[in-house]
Amino acid sequence: MAEGEHLGKGHVDRGMPDWRSGYRNAVHDAITNPWGERTPYARAGEWPSRVDAHLEPGTNSDEVERWVPTASILHSNGDGLDIAVQEERMVGVRGRADSRVNRGRLGPKDLFGWQANASPDRLRRPLVRRGGELVETDWDTAMETMVGRSKELLDQQGPSAFGIYTTGQLFLEEYYTLAVIGRAGLRTNHIDGNTRLCTATAAEALKETFACDGQPGSYADVDHCEVLFLVGHNVAETQVTLWARMLDRLEGPDPPKLIVVDPRPTEPSRRADVHLAVRSGTNLALLNAVLHELIATDRVEHDFVEAHTVSYGELEQGVREATPEWAAGVCGVPPEQIREAAHILGSHERILSTCLQGVYQSPQATAAAVQVNNVNLLRGALGKPGAGILQMNGQPTAQNTRECGANGDLPAFRNWANDAHVAELAELWNLEPSTIPHYGPPTHAMQIFRFAEEGSVRFLWISATNPAVSLPDLARIRSILSDERLFVVVQDLFLTETAELADLVLPAATWGEKEGTFTNADRTVHHSDKAVEPPGEARSDLDIMLDYARRMDFRDKDGAPLIKWDDPESAFRAWQACTAGRPCDYTGLSYEKLRAGGETQWPCNERFPDGRERLYTAADFYADPDYCESYGKDLITGTSAEPDEYRALNPEGKAIIKAAEYLPPPEPPGEGYPLRLNTGRTVFHFHTRTKTGRAPQLQEAAPDVWVELSEADAREAEVGEGDTVDVVSPRGRVRAPVRVTGIRPGVVFLPFHYGYWDADGGGDRAANELTITDWDPASKQPLFKTAACRVERVGGATGPAPAPHVGASRGLEEQRAH
Amino acid sequence: MKIDVALRETFDAEVELGAGLSRTGERHKAEQDLFHLTHTLRGWCDVHAQRLVAEAQRFGVDLEVESASPGRDQGLVAQTHEKGSEFVGQRAEPALLLLRDLRELHLAAARASLAWTALAQGAQAISDSDLLSTVSACHPETVRTMRWTVQRVKDVSPQAFAS
Repeated sequence: MAEGEHLGKGHVDRGMPDWRSGYRNAVHDAITNPWGERTPYARAGEWPSRVDAHLEPGTNSDEVERWVPTASILHSNGDGLDIAVQEERMVGVRGRADSRVNRGRLGPKDLFGWQANASPDRLRRPLVRRGGELVETDWDTAMETMVGRSKELLDQQGPSAFGIYTTGQLFLEEYYTLAVIGRAGLRTNHIDGNTRLCTATAAEALKETFACDGQPGSYADVDHCEVLFLVGHNVAETQVTLWARMLDRLEGPDPPKLIVVDPRPTEPSRRADVHLAVRSGTNLALLNAVLHELIATDRVEHDFVEAHTVSYGELEQGVREATPEWAAGVCGVPPEQIREAAHILGSHERILSTCLQGVYQSPQATAAAVQVNNVNLLRGALGKPGAGILQMNGQPTAQNTRECGANGDLPAFRNWANDAHVAELAELWNLEPSTIPHYGPPTHAMQIFRFAEEGSVRFLWISATNPAVSLPDLARIRSILSDERLFVVVQDLFLTETAELADLVLPAATWGEKEGTFTNADRTVHHSDKAVEPPGEARSDLDIMLDYARRMDFRDKDGAPLIKWDDPESAFRAWQACTAGRPCDYTGLSYEKLRAGGETQWPCNERFPDGRERLYTAADFYADPDYCESYGKDLITGTSAEPDEYRALNPEGKAIIKAAEYLPPPEPPGEGYPLRLNTGRTVFHFHTRTKTGRAPQLQEAAPDVWVELSEADAREAEVGEGDTVDVVSPRGRVRAPVRVTGIRPGVVFLPFHYGYWDADGGGDRAANELTITDWDPASKQPLFKTAACRVERVGGATGPAPAPHVGASRGLEEQRAH
Repeated sequence: MKIDVALRETFDAEVELGAGLSRTGERHKAEQDLFHLTHTLRGWCDVHAQRLVAEAQRFGVDLEVESASPGRDQGLVAQTHEKGSEFVGQRAEPALLLLRDLRELHLAAARASLAWTALAQGAQAISDSDLLSTVSACHPETVRTMRWTVQRVKDVSPQAFAS
């Protein structure tokens, strides 16, 4: 293992670190104990700082020429950090002790992931497909190819030929520019992000309950809560420093009660007071039973419900039959455990509830996430320190994709069904309202790919994402991307599996090589400065977009250029103007302020000059019919409510309590496929490993795919640790060595990170070869956590499975020894 | 008393709606979310039909439950439809066919909804609270199905006609 200089974990310092003390080789530390040493604190106390850092071998901290402030880009937590620069190269990172998010801590992906920036296989020049091969070309040729095809299709078919599929990993300025290009330049309704796969349900659940997106809670609620309710949220591996904060509360005086819903044995579940290891795909049944129990034992804060919500009666009726005994049969957990969870929730006020992919990527995603909101509403646990809701994000800048209108919504949480909101945008962009498509909900990603499949979308512009590995049912996705009728533009850092299928590949600069801002899952806005130059001819995504807009010659209604900005800061100012008066109000911010004072939570405006820690502190929702982002949907059919219907339901703009009945998953286990497939992530990798697979320490910690089986299912398949199996679904097969863990019997887990760019051969390593094409009717988020499968023994072990030894994939033997 | 007429009309309409949902799902299997959702909505129709059979028995009427068995029709014809729909999944004309099928579904749902309305009126006139509670439980679901067909038409038509 590399001998890097690393400020020791457990170094506790309230100010900036003393770079002369506390060094040790902690590379090993961050891999074997990603959460580091404990710094316990009491309820309502201040979370102590602890600065983590990693510098490349041979570098001393006193030789670092510049520390460039930014935040983490390999998860959604938004940890404040500095990039170390020496001789115009990135040489390391250190956490920022003054960050409200992480107080100096960093997880393994942040400590090591930055090394990918300097990978020798970065794309340096544009590539264009000639005679079936991708060949290098210059920027002018590349952009003219893109613009030529665009103009041709605009003439032949019009806006409906264009699809834009972006990401949760660019900067705010880029999403906003892309949204304006798409909605007002090309005038297509087909714009979405891969945020559809990670955060669409978070947004939709907030829109269903509060009629508007916007994270109600704050990470600081961890400091104050009496109960932590983690639903399908393996926080230890998705948000390392947030789990460190929770652990520090758990090990301090007056710790919170911990309730965990997860079919896998996770770090949080090992600490839980109640671990509800439900069958994959049954969250809604469980949550309905919890609500049933809260109502049956009258643990409802009736004054709060009466004053601040509508439709409580619908829930009361909807969960009447959902007894713990009924749910126990569906979910496979004892009814006493459900009662115990409800009892804990019912006997405390300061409840912090969180959800992530275990909810969002499962069937009935929105319906289940909404029931978590309902738990807090019934308890009146909202808008107070320690009493809140965190509907999490999966990616670092997903919040901005949502805000900026690049994720199936109009910019700044405007309501596509409200003509007055569209008129505001038209005025801002100096266009006729009729030229901004708003005849229906913006097209979601899965539908864009469906349109491409049927041949009506013929131009697909993909930025910073890798659908050839990350979308469900990959054989289908590869066939769509390879279809000659579809012109595919891919803008990325590397020749990803998706880029290999493209007609045009544009080399992009990334984090640390460009300037911009981004916002984390608790509304904290960070400014991220440029530290080093991008490799070769790579250009920032913003520059590429602005160049495209210029060459396309998009105009406003007076003939002036549609895009009136030309660099990150002017793009930020344009975005601020777009947010004025909206819930995500950025008008009180500036690059100068963000640089000087660091991070700030939105809304930041005249009323909240330093930002607002919690929304809805006075039940002041954004749900007024004239102001709200959404009128809501039927959680089963996805039908949008009509404006008048919403006005009648919620004239005073209160929170909405929505119920939904449990439905069996679309592909239940059965003959030939007796097991439930669950896909997910590890603490050491992000997404399709485009970056983390190129960071040696991370790659070594989780080098290849594995499959997790319970002891019972392993016995049934006659396999043990390290044996190779095929996991087979009706759509394909994945070959992987077995890790036997404490996962609940009947559920099989595959990490989704592994594609083919560094594999021998192809076609049997990506978990999404197996997943089903279906999505939540309300949020349109695809289902990654339920499909029927079976396990077939292929061969014996040559060693243990290449699975990490920490977190949910820790083996049963290791767990017993622990 | 002719409440049996209203029961039979509602029953027939729900059975027809259920069959239409399954047929549409199978014909448009490439629209995979539609395929799965029609299965769910078909399940509602089946439950409605079963409840109507039970209600009708109280009035000495025997309604045929030939189509009301839960689950998808896996007959040869259905499978042929599914294969055919996979084959045409890469062509654009299916969008126009889908619009046609959604219109038929909408009309079937409207017919069923109207039948429930009439049945509810009848149930009130004969002061049959059990029957009325069956209507109250089932009719809203039929209305949701009907509204979904409108939503789907709104979603499908822009691309179908503009491309």
